[in-house]
Amino acid sequence: MKQTRAIVITGNGTNCEMEAAHACRLGGFDEAVIAHIAEILSGEIRLDDFHFLNLTGGFLDGDDLGSAKAQANRLKNAQVTGGNEKLVDQFTRFIDDGKLILGVCNGFQLMVKMGMLPGLDGKYLNQTVTLTHNDCGRFQDRWTYLKVDPASPSIFTKGINKGIYLPVRHGEGKFLCDSGATLDRLEAGHLPVLRYSDAGYAQSTMEFPANPNGSTNAIAALCDPTGRLMGLMPHPEAFVHYTQHPRWTRENLPEEGDGLTLYKNAAEYARVNLV
Amino acid sequence: MANRIEAALRDGVRDARGERIKREIEHFLHLPVERVATIDVYTVDADLTGSELKQAAAGPFSDPVIQVWSIDRPLAGGFDFAVEVGFRAGVTDNVGRTAREAVAYLTGRPFTAGDGVYYSVQYLLKGSLSVADVEKIATGLLCNTLIQRYSILSAADFVAKGGFPAIAPKVSGETKAEVREIDLEVSDEELMRISKDGVLALTLDEMKIIQGHYRDPEVLADRQKFGLGAKPTDVELECLAQTWSEHCKHKIFSGTVQYEDEKGNKQEIKSLFKSFIQRTTKDVRERMGEKDFCLSVFKDNAGVIKFNEQHSLVFKVETHNSPSALDPYGGALTGIVGVNRDPFGTGIGSKLIFNTDVFCFADPFYTKPLPSRLLHPRRIFEGVVEGVEHGGNKSGIPTVNGSLVFDDRFAGKPLVFCGTAGLMPAVVNGQPSHEKSIKPGDLIVMTGGRIGKDGIHGATFSSEELNENSPVTAVQIGDPITQKRMFDFLIRARDKGLYRFITDNGAGGLSSSIGEMAGECGGCRMDLAKAPLKYPGLNPWEILISEAQERMSLAVPPEQIEEFLAMAVRFGVEATVLGEFTDNGVFHMLYGEQTVALLPMEFMHEGLPPMQLPAKWTPPHNDEPVLEQKENYNDDLKKLLAALNICSKESVVRRYDHEVQGGSVVKPFTGVANDGPSDAAVVRPLLDSFEGVVTAHGICPRFSDIDTYHMTANAVDEALRNYVAVGGSLDLVAGLDNFCWCDPVLSDKTPDGAYKMAQLVRSNQALYDVCMDYNLPLISGKDSMKNDFYDGTTKISIPPTLLFSVIGKIEDARKAVTMDVKRPGDIVYLLGRTADELGGSEYLALSGAIGNKVPHVDTVKAYQRYQAYHKAVNKRIVASCHDLSDGGLAVAAAESAFAGGFGMDLDHSRVLWKGDAAGKSDCTLLFSESASRHLVTVHPEKQDEFEAVMNGNCFASIGVVTEGQNLSITGLNGDVVVKADLSELKEAWQLTLREL
Repeated sequence: MKQTRAIVITGNGTNCEMEAAHACRLGGFDEAVIAHIAEILSGEIRLDDFHFLNLTGGFLDGDDLGSAKAQANRLKNAQVTGGNEKLVDQFTRFIDDGKLILGVCNGFQLMVKMGMLPGLDGKYLNQTVTLTHNDCGRFQDRWTYLKVDPASPSIFTKGINKGIYLPVRHGEGKFLCDSGATLDRLEAGHLPVLRYSDAGYAQSTMEFPANPNGSTNAIAALCDPTGRLMGLMPHPEAFVHYTQHPRWTRENLPEEGDGLTLYKNAAEYARVNLV
Repeated sequence: MANRIEAALRDGVRDARGERIKREIEHFLHLPVERVATIDVYTVDADLTGSELKQAAAGPFSDPVIQVWSIDRPLAGGFDFAVEVGFRAGVTDNVGRTAREAVAYLTGRPFTAGDGVYYSVQYLLKGSLSVADVEKIATGLLCNTLIQRYSILSAADFVAKGGFPAIAPKVSGETKAEVREIDLEVSDEELMRISKDGVLALTLDEMKIIQGHYRDPEVLADRQKFGLGAKPTDVELECLAQTWSEHCKHKIFSGTVQYEDEKGNKQEIKSLFKSFIQRTTKDVRERMGEKDFCLSVFKDNAGVIKFNEQHSLVFKVETHNSPSALDPYGGALTGIVGVNRDPFGTGIGSKLIFNTDVFCFADPFYTKPLPSRLLHPRRIFEGVVEGVEHGGNKSGIPTVNGSLVFDDRFAGKPLVFCGTAGLMPAVVNGQPSHEKSIKPGDLIVMTGGRIGKDGIHGATFSSEELNENSPVTAVQIGDPITQKRMFDFLIRARDKGLYRFITDNGAGGLSSSIGEMAGECGGCRMDLAKAPLKYPGLNPWEILISEAQERMSLAVPPEQIEEFLAMAVRFGVEATVLGEFTDNGVFHMLYGEQTVALLPMEFMHEGLPPMQLPAKWTPPHNDEPVLEQKENYNDDLKKLLAALNICSKESVVRRYDHEVQGGSVVKPFTGVANDGPSDAAVVRPLLDSFEGVVTAHGICPRFSDIDTYHMTANAVDEALRNYVAVGGSLDLVAGLDNFCWCDPVLSDKTPDGAYKMAQLVRSNQALYDVCMDYNLPLISGKDSMKNDFYDGTTKISIPPTLLFSVIGKIEDARKAVTMDVKRPGDIVYLLGRTADELGGSEYLALSGAIGNKVPHVDTVKAYQRYQAYHKAVNKRIVASCHDLSDGGLAVAAAESAFAGGFGMDLDHSRVLWKGDAAGKSDCTLLFSESASRHLVTVHPEKQDEFEAVMNGNCFASIGVVTEGQNLSITGLNGDVVVKADLSELKEAWQLTLREL
């Protein structure tokens, strides 16, 4: 296997599969496959054949039981046809194999509700944090400045200088921990990769609308201690070209958008470490 | 015995939903509440073990980080009143459906028939409230009693009774499969009683045509062969009522109109649709010749045009007004997911690329009394906005363009326009994708949701017919996820060539979709007993006409059926074979072995003679207000910026995902602080290409108070000038018309029908005239003709309203232009002439006046100017461009300036004038809404080039962009007539709807 391969899972209300696959290709993956969950459950497509798993934005099951709850339950309990394993076993093996997972928005919600993030002590099926209703009580589509933690182990944000500018589009993005102890461990490990901040990326902020949801410590993104699993509420795949920027008609912007960095880093990591 | 699983937030976790309800109670109902807390309740009516219940509660039904759960033990505490709200029996319960699915994954066992999970929300109110107050909160805010049920317990009762009982709102009913025969050999009065009591909405003439059909000996002989008697079955009568309804048949647009104009000239118009709308497209296409880009117009669920050699664009705009008046949330949600099915069911099926929404409401701050059956405009506003938000966002389709229009007459009926565009490969499996056919022998397949009593007889029901055990019959609630699953499956089935024909199940349900499909090949035979039902107890006629949502109808060749059905199972989508298409000319319905309807296709589709409609145009004469000339118009400008039709709609727009799918180029908001109002949307549907789709719209119902001819001309012009402003190409742009009228059929209830009909004729005349001059083919549209409220005493008719939408192309989206000024020193141009045309303007509306001087569109000059401007866009010499509409030059200048964060100095003496100089004043120059104008800024180094490109057109340099933070306008006599700080202007513009 010499090709770097990304997979984007869709189905049951996932929405951003097309642009996520596009971002993977632009970022340098040799192949980006959009796989419907039905094709994975039927055994036609196996996660083992890929290096980078994208859990993208959307409204899995309509957010009906709280965002991503029903899908977390489905992934944990659903059986893959023609084998003796559950889907969750493929996920666990994917993580054990040292591969990459990026959860965006609804995908981030899914990762925390399955317990894949923060993945403390190597426990990837243990929920300790959550994402819930925005303090403003409403869905918000607006662009946010995200200050990066340069000491974060995330492999996705390597090389980002101060921060990145990306849109959020969610109703349930408020990050909460089950305890102060968990939060302390996250902070000590530099796992909160990105925080909502001012336009100069100087200070993180709790002020609406710069912080659109009221997240604890302004946390917008989280990675596991290995840095190979990351989730974020803002949409990196929505800013890979300057025409996606809300002010591109008035600012001189480089060709590539801020979000593309995450996919380029993933592709580079996969090429060096996984093929 | 059902079990209650409750999930409540842990102490210290903020209850955003509760806080929002608290705010709304204070805001809408002016009742003091200290605190509102909420609890999720799942009533599980299924055979689960205790440990399975615990697994469900601790797993999918709660979030361990923020919630606690309980089984059959109330969690509520610290409240004065508890209100629990759940759905009535049979109403779509999306959360309950997902919960049920989650439990099945957990246990590994499917649910048995009749078992279910039902969702409700408990609201815990703390505060000094009376029982009557809580009743008001329940019915006025928390619960729409048409579709939901509620119960209230005081804290003391709650303790005494141990909380709310576990009640599963199951539909009780048995399979009846009853078919009645209706005797039509009765008096005229009795015929009308049958029509009225049966909610058939058939006129006496139509009933007599049906009566005549059943007297035909040949018909009777055919019926005898299939065991049917001489009387129509209820299935047949209901089917004809649907097929011949105004909604499906567009009888007014296809009727024969006797029109008389103000000079007494008489004209007979055979079908407004054919004479104006279809003719527009035909004539424009003929003139375009080889450049014609239309692929499929008027014959499918949506119009299809060429996008490039490889892809075709599909577009449709629909209305869902009556359902939104009754249940704003469900009605609007169904509106958006319903219109999604139109492009999806066009040609062989298209991928959906964006939505557009336009809502017309009465003032949300309305304080006058309303007829008791009407919901308050604010509640309609909230519900509609949220319904479309959920429908659009959850479906993963960006909402890229829209409007909110306010007029108090929309209290009678709100207008909810929802549009969806799609993109499909020009060729699929070797066939042009916009064409489709059916062969006799193809199987009738229905996919998606199940059939219930939803939407039977649409909006004509009354609430008295409802009770706890009878499912709601008229209101539907959309389920975007079931639909999304179906689309995910069908688009893959399309690419594998597994079906030959696809269409939507909308109004009229199967009777309409299969009826139309059968017209393609000449007949069908369908067994209604095979249709999957949500619950037992539906009669065959109900199965046939139910408008239950999320369903598509397909024709699948027999050799593909196995693969089609197997794939559906894998994708978790229900697909059922209901029968087959034939060519025997008969619409043949069975229920098991028994024939329940036998209707000749020709009679169904061609049996109805055209309506006869009188129309007489008498121009209205409104009082002509005398304009007060002022020294300073700062206050007027601020008032205008704060007016409902002009103010910022950002609080609503931010709730709609306008960027999903990644192709957003010109967003709804733009400028230095991302908050200036864009004129139109630009989207790249293909991420590896810079070709863009441009969409825009025009709507100006206020002008109907003067003349619908000019209302229409201005709406079409507004749509095109918005489209042109951002850089849309005039070589590839098409229009869609959505007429929303008040009833124009002369009758006792509508004594002014001839006038309203004349308004409709004039609107159509303008549509033809303007579209011809603008080279705009009409590719699709819809009419909704009964937008009145009448309770026997009060009648509220909406102003005649045309929503005109355009869709087209920008060759290179990187050349798109936004409305925000870009830098100081740029030259400000006004393209187009201004006239004394304040009639129907927002400015006159400030003082409650209408006037008579409605803007006239000079289409020939405007089109030339639009073409020249587009050349400038292509040369990248335009820095910004904003269209002038509501509020005229003053409002457009203020918006462009504060969006860009730079001031503007303008000079009235440099503005080009049209017509009588007597009407020229600072007031008319500032606020006149003359058509076809743009405010453009250009960098000084591009000045010569811009002026050369625009040469020969009406345009003038009227000022400059400044470093300062003021909008300054010099009046005709040299004095400054507007000088206002940008932040003040912006604040006025943003404040009105900020908190909504």
